[in-house]
Amino acid sequence: MENNTCLLINNISVVYHDVIQVLKGVSLEVKKGEIFSLLGSNGAGKTTTLRAVSGLLKPENGKVTEGSILFEEKSLHNQPPEYITRLGIIQVLEGRVPFKYLTVEENLRVGTATRWGKPYREDLDLVYHYFPRLKQLRNGLAGYLSGGELQMLVIGRALMAHPRLLLLDEPSLGLAPFLVKEIFDIVKRINEEQGTTIILVEQNANMALNIATYGYVMENGKIVMEGKAKDLKENPDVKEFYLGTTAKGVVKSYNEVKAYRRRKRWL
Amino acid sequence: MGFFLQLLVQGLSIGCLYGIAALGFVMIFKSSSVLNFAHGELLAIGAYIFFVITIWLNLPIYMAFIITFVGSFALGFLIERLFLRPMIGEALIEVVMLTVGLSAMFRGLLLVIFSGNTYVFSNFLPAWLNIRIGSLSISSVYTVTLIITIIFLAILGFFFKYSSQGIYMRSVADNQTAALSLGVNVRRVFALSWAIASIVCAISGIILGVINGVNVHAISRIGLKVFPVVILGGLESIGGAIIGGLFIGFLETFVSGYLSTSLRDVVAYVVLVIILMIKPYGLFGLVEIERV
Ligand SMILES: Nc1ncnc2c1ncn2[C@@H]1O[C@H](COP(=O)(O)OP(=O)(O)OP(=O)(O)O)[C@@H](O)[C@H]1O
Ligand SMILES: [Mg+2]
Repeated sequence: MENNTCLLINNISVVYHDVIQVLKGVSLEVKKGEIFSLLGSNGAGKTTTLRAVSGLLKPENGKVTEGSILFEEKSLHNQPPEYITRLGIIQVLEGRVPFKYLTVEENLRVGTATRWGKPYREDLDLVYHYFPRLKQLRNGLAGYLSGGELQMLVIGRALMAHPRLLLLDEPSLGLAPFLVKEIFDIVKRINEEQGTTIILVEQNANMALNIATYGYVMENGKIVMEGKAKDLKENPDVKEFYLGTTAKGVVKSYNEVKAYRRRKRWL
Repeated sequence: MGFFLQLLVQGLSIGCLYGIAALGFVMIFKSSSVLNFAHGELLAIGAYIFFVITIWLNLPIYMAFIITFVGSFALGFLIERLFLRPMIGEALIEVVMLTVGLSAMFRGLLLVIFSGNTYVFSNFLPAWLNIRIGSLSISSVYTVTLIITIIFLAILGFFFKYSSQGIYMRSVADNQTAALSLGVNVRRVFALSWAIASIVCAISGIILGVINGVNVHAISRIGLKVFPVVILGGLESIGGAIIGGLFIGFLETFVSGYLSTSLRDVVAYVVLVIILMIKPYGLFGLVEIERV
């Protein structure tokens, strides 16, 4: 393991409810200070991979059964989220999950949970610097925000935790293209200005590969392709399946908007 | 008119009392989805701790308050750690049965130690709290109840609105997975909500002890009034708990004042049944924010 490696996932398998195997030997390596993109279609296992890193598998009744996950030489294998978040790994959940009955600023303050009791004023200012819109909305209930505002909120909330590794799960989903561009630009700035390492899970491969340096493509619980972002963008298979352009350059429409229905779960 | 005002003040303070008792119940439910059937016993335990310290140990009142609060806090914490935490992930009905078991256990223990007698606190309330305005005379118990509940509501309100720990607690009630993803210590939040609820219960228990004397059965029976109150106010609504408490408090006081004292303990449950039939989520149940 080279010392500029941030995260090293080695051949992990993940099983839900002890029987449903979802990841089958996934390996990937993420370099410090870079944006890595994890691409793949619905059900490929992208979210599951993030959960294996962040410790959020357990509330879903999932387990890493094989392999190892190292973050800066520390093992994350089946550790609880309280431990993993304190190392600086924060997952931004798929589907933009706010605390609906808390105001925008209160939502941001929850991001200080990993360092309870420490000052947080400057962090709020930093978040408002990246997302000025949130400052205007800071006393409003998060439950009433629009999709774009919510995406800013959940990224800002994660930023409050001083993340060293930020796991972003489909931030572009269901947003208008200009908003996606705005948000991706900010993600890129956060990466450059704060030095935050980012794993960006996306179905919008085009946008993701624009800001990432490296990409992995998942299919059916396995990594099927990997390479430098600019090489992947030129790859005919990726073009065909993930960039929505066929060899002839026709753009397919795929505006998949998923409905997220989340059960209230026990720990 | 004097009689009416008298009942009004009395109803207000009884209502506040029910309100804060229900608040404890709602807090536990909101954060950890546990319906606590041992709620009445928590009230009784608080009253007994206070009784032991003031009467048996003869310590000053302020000491008694401090020790009762610290003791109740620790008790709530322990109950969560020992009994509820191993049940995380079990079905709702099993958790309910556990709290029913706890209720029987606590009641049994209190009966073993104190038997079924009714003890009375020596009156420690200063006389100037007995207020007379014309024909209206308000006993110090009611003034104190009112003052204490208002102080406590203010403290709790401040805690939940402004303190970081209070905000973490609300985040868990709002969305557990999202709270976990940000590193909120969800187990600590559960334990803390039991601990705070148990302090709130102790206060209600002490006040009830002053009004009616300390008796296991009497206090835990009144503790069960939280059910009509929270059904009225909505299980997940803090404000609803207070309004529900006030409503039941007024109702009981006026019914026993103008109709008959024996109806007093019945009306709350009559209301409970009616509400459940017409509005199963409570009158002030949380309005769900839905975005598509
Ligand atoms: N909690 C769970 N219990 C059981 N199976 C699950 C659970 N979560 C995910 N799965 C299954 O695991 C597989 C991979 O899901 P995952 O959410 O990781 O995919 P994804 O790549 O994130 O897809 P999407 O793009 O739709 O979000 C799917 O077949 C899904 O049904
Ligand atoms: Mg997913």
